Amino acid sequence: MNRATKAGPSGEAAPPHPDDHGTVYGPGARAERAAAGDTGHAIATAGLTKRFRGGHVAVDDLHLAVPRGSVFGFLGPNGSGKTTTIRMLLGLVTPTSGRCSVLGEPMPDGVSRALPRVGALVEGPAFYPYLSGEANLRRLDAADPRSDPRTAARRIGEALDRVGLGNAAGKRYRAYSLGMRHRLAIAATLLGPRELLVLDEPTNGLDPQGTREVRALIKEVAADGTTVFVSSHLLSEVEQMCTHVGVMRTGRLVAQGPIAELHAGVAVSVRVETPEAGAAAAVLAGFGLTAVSHAGGMATAELGDTPPERICAALVEDGVAVRGFAVVRPSLEDVYVRLTGEGFDVES
Amino acid sequence: MSSHETLAHAAPLRAAGPARAAARLLASETALTFRRPRHLALLAVLAVVPVLIGVAVRIASTDGDAGPIIARVAGNGLVLAFTSLSAMLPLILPLAVSVVAGDAVAGEASQGTLRYLLTAPAGRGRLLALKYANVLVFCLAACALVVVSALVAGLALFPTGPVTLLSGTTVPFAEGLLRVGLAVLYAAAGMAALGALALMFSTLTENPIGAIAASVVLVVVSQVLAVFPQLSALRPFLLTSWWSAFDGVLRAPMDTGRMGTGLLVFAGYAAVSGAFAWARFTSRDVTS
Repeated sequence: MNRATKAGPSGEAAPPHPDDHGTVYGPGARAERAAAGDTGHAIATAGLTKRFRGGHVAVDDLHLAVPRGSVFGFLGPNGSGKTTTIRMLLGLVTPTSGRCSVLGEPMPDGVSRALPRVGALVEGPAFYPYLSGEANLRRLDAADPRSDPRTAARRIGEALDRVGLGNAAGKRYRAYSLGMRHRLAIAATLLGPRELLVLDEPTNGLDPQGTREVRALIKEVAADGTTVFVSSHLLSEVEQMCTHVGVMRTGRLVAQGPIAELHAGVAVSVRVETPEAGAAAAVLAGFGLTAVSHAGGMATAELGDTPPERICAALVEDGVAVRGFAVVRPSLEDVYVRLTGEGFDVES
Repeated sequence: MSSHETLAHAAPLRAAGPARAAARLLASETALTFRRPRHLALLAVLAVVPVLIGVAVRIASTDGDAGPIIARVAGNGLVLAFTSLSAMLPLILPLAVSVVAGDAVAGEASQGTLRYLLTAPAGRGRLLALKYANVLVFCLAACALVVVSALVAGLALFPTGPVTLLSGTTVPFAEGLLRVGLAVLYAAAGMAALGALALMFSTLTENPIGAIAASVVLVVVSQVLAVFPQLSALRPFLLTSWWSAFDGVLRAPMDTGRMGTGLLVFAGYAAVSGAFAWARFTSRDVTS
């Protein structure tokens, strides 16, 4: 018997026993309930605050809600409190105040119950340089009191194969390239069946090929119903793989929700490329659009609810020479910069 | 909590039980300790020094005009075991124990592996306890290695036979071996007390060299303090004063009183250091 029967994503562990309710659930219903979980949230925090000795407030009154089954992108500039938050979620750092729970278990008290179901990569890979990749994973597996030694060899082999390190399993960690080190750290998060993966900057320092592989792996894991909580400062990455995002700025959460809703907060604009920018701007203003401006062969305005095809028709009707016409949707980067501010200043 | 119950039923695999899981992590710890090149080098030193002492004594004894200690060793191979222990207990053995125990937590922290062990989750108290168990294994192995190496060298270089004790009584060779075994256990207990102290230093820092140095400095300073007659009142409270009491096994009857007091002092040091280490390690923020 392996760990799956104990605390797998099949939902034996998280939801209350079906019998408690006098109802018999089919396997489908069970899986659904597992996805919903006790609280519906894989991670939930309330007023979570960490003030380090010396007074620096790294995380300030954080209310985070990560739905089960989501791929949650945790965004923020360097130093915005992402890693400290992750350390509190994993019981490495004790909050100054506030509460947090992971898979329905309060942290840090529930570490021994929650963490066997959580795979974590925190602040980059760290292993014993004089041990092989495989021996390193064996050591981590031995540290988990709930892992089954009889299936260890199989699980370790599978995890290494999954990240493409099968052939380098016996090589010393010291001889691994940066990409291989990263893969080994990801393999460590896949040692057992997990309900939640917490990945802190999983693609930091990887080449484009490695980045793509990690993204594909995350999607694959998420497709099995595992919740993935991934911190990053790479927006394109988050945009490509996440269903939800939370944005941190100087220790505070400035936005969170499904990625589509975040986009909705920023106006879509229309852009007309024309030699008669002034005339085009007049047409845009005629529709009652806001933020109309024109300069250097370009007229722009916020689109609002106006159908773009009507604007296009009106421009042609008025004899404006249209060279290009575009509806510009804000990228996540626009949203992010609006929320976190521009520039390189480290805010404290 | 339902997750508790379901975990409990669903688990023939947990039949393995906490004890087996702890044994597995301890095995992992000892494998790590005894495979690490640095520690192997230390163990090699521990094995070689008794041989060097034996060879030196052998050369000196042919001079004819050797001192009483040399004559005793040259007269019986078994005595080399005691001589080696008393030569190595003041510094070489404590150094080896400090390296292993001082590195135990701080080394993992500086390497970053501590955060992964704790999120595995190894459990803080459990990890600390098993780290100390591993230190105990190392102390015993280190003291045993010194004595085994000394016995092999002693038997190869010198005659064997009944052993004359410090008190003048002669005991059979087999009983001599038994007394050597007791001396090893006593010495290991003394080293284990130092190991607890070094482990405590190890929980206070993320720099393993700092923890190792603190422990070695403590050993040297307390032996220096013991030299001054004006400070003789301090002596009973110093850990290092009690290490040499293993020679109680060389008296007939054995000097169990002094050795018993020594063991109490060791236990006291271990308990206080362990309590501090526990308090610190189970509450500290792991930010490395």
